[in-house]
Amino acid sequence: MSAYAADVAALARKDILLEVRSRDTLPAMLLFVVSALTIFHFALPSGSSERAETGMLWMAIVFTALLGLTRAFAAEREEGVLDGLVLSPCDRSAIWLGKTIGMTVFLVLAEIVALPAFALFFHPLSWDLVAAVALADIGIASIGTLLAAIAAASRARELLLPLLFLPLAIPVVIGGVGASIASDPASFLGFLILYDGVFAILSWASFEYVVTE
Amino acid sequence: MSKRFGEKLVLDDLDLVVPRGGFVLVTGPNGSGKTTLLRLCAGLFAPTGGELEVEASRAAIGFLGHEPLVYRELTALENLDLYGRLYRLPERRERAGALLERFGLWRARNERTGTFSRGMLQRLALCRTFLHDPDLLLLDEPFDGLDTEGAELLQAELAERASVTALVATHDPEALAARSTACLALA
Repeated sequence: MSAYAADVAALARKDILLEVRSRDTLPAMLLFVVSALTIFHFALPSGSSERAETGMLWMAIVFTALLGLTRAFAAEREEGVLDGLVLSPCDRSAIWLGKTIGMTVFLVLAEIVALPAFALFFHPLSWDLVAAVALADIGIASIGTLLAAIAAASRARELLLPLLFLPLAIPVVIGGVGASIASDPASFLGFLILYDGVFAILSWASFEYVVTE
Repeated sequence: MSKRFGEKLVLDDLDLVVPRGGFVLVTGPNGSGKTTLLRLCAGLFAPTGGELEVEASRAAIGFLGHEPLVYRELTALENLDLYGRLYRLPERRERAGALLERFGLWRARNERTGTFSRGMLQRLALCRTFLHDPDLLLLDEPFDGLDTEGAELLQAELAERASVTALVATHDPEALAARSTACLALA
């Protein structure tokens, strides 16, 4: 394994271990997504369109991700650990990639619960929907982790992160809903792949400038 | 070199050369820029005016700040192991173990640092700082939180590393007067 991959693996493993021990983020994400879907189930009138139901799922996914992202750098903030990571000789983009992998794992775990709940409350899942959710996770975690790092350096981080993240999540919702209900989902899935690629490269390349002055 | 935070000028036209092997004490009242100077040298801040040249690479800098820079949910050994990986140290577990033993934390090595006292955290922070045998030490109030034994252990550690270059911000210059080669008083 290359040194870069070893650094990323060590950092991602550390994030998962921290969550296993603290249980700060994932339980909140699970509770939120199931609660949101339950509320939507009772709020939507019977006979609502598939588009409306799928839109609710994507709303729940985006806000669940936002909940997780607000905690993304909490452990680093507590004891100034981000300084320690930044000072280490590892490539600073490895810090972003490790954190993004950890965040993707949390999102996937939340969706392992959310998608069956959606199928139970609304309508059966399609493979296109599952593929769109998987692709969206990568994009959400990529750009979300970068924005969480920007927000973490600010005093108004709870306010700043939604302001930065939600506008950039709109394409994910458009692509996700489109891929879930369109007769030809390939173009929407392609759009999500493009979104992932663009924002992953952008975040990977710019993380160093975010964590240093 | 100058450093400004918004309207506030923290360091104004500071001219400083620290020769290799120099041990410079940085003193001054609160807010005089001691911590800012160390963070500038570590690369955590960039100067807003002038130039700063640090010959040591990132891998050769040992930085001790106000915070211990360790994860509260990891044990002392796990924290040092993580840093050892990132610094790509051979035999990192053995190095970590030896430092924990030297600083009196061996028995607490498998305890999460969230349960540590202030003094234990400072000792662990010192272990983290010395873990990769740095050539340049940037120490901000290194005696903070240490009891008499901890202070003696730190003195002994510094005595063993006589050849390192060091910049030490302190309110107690007497404690390191014997080692210092120069003293910078910030106003």
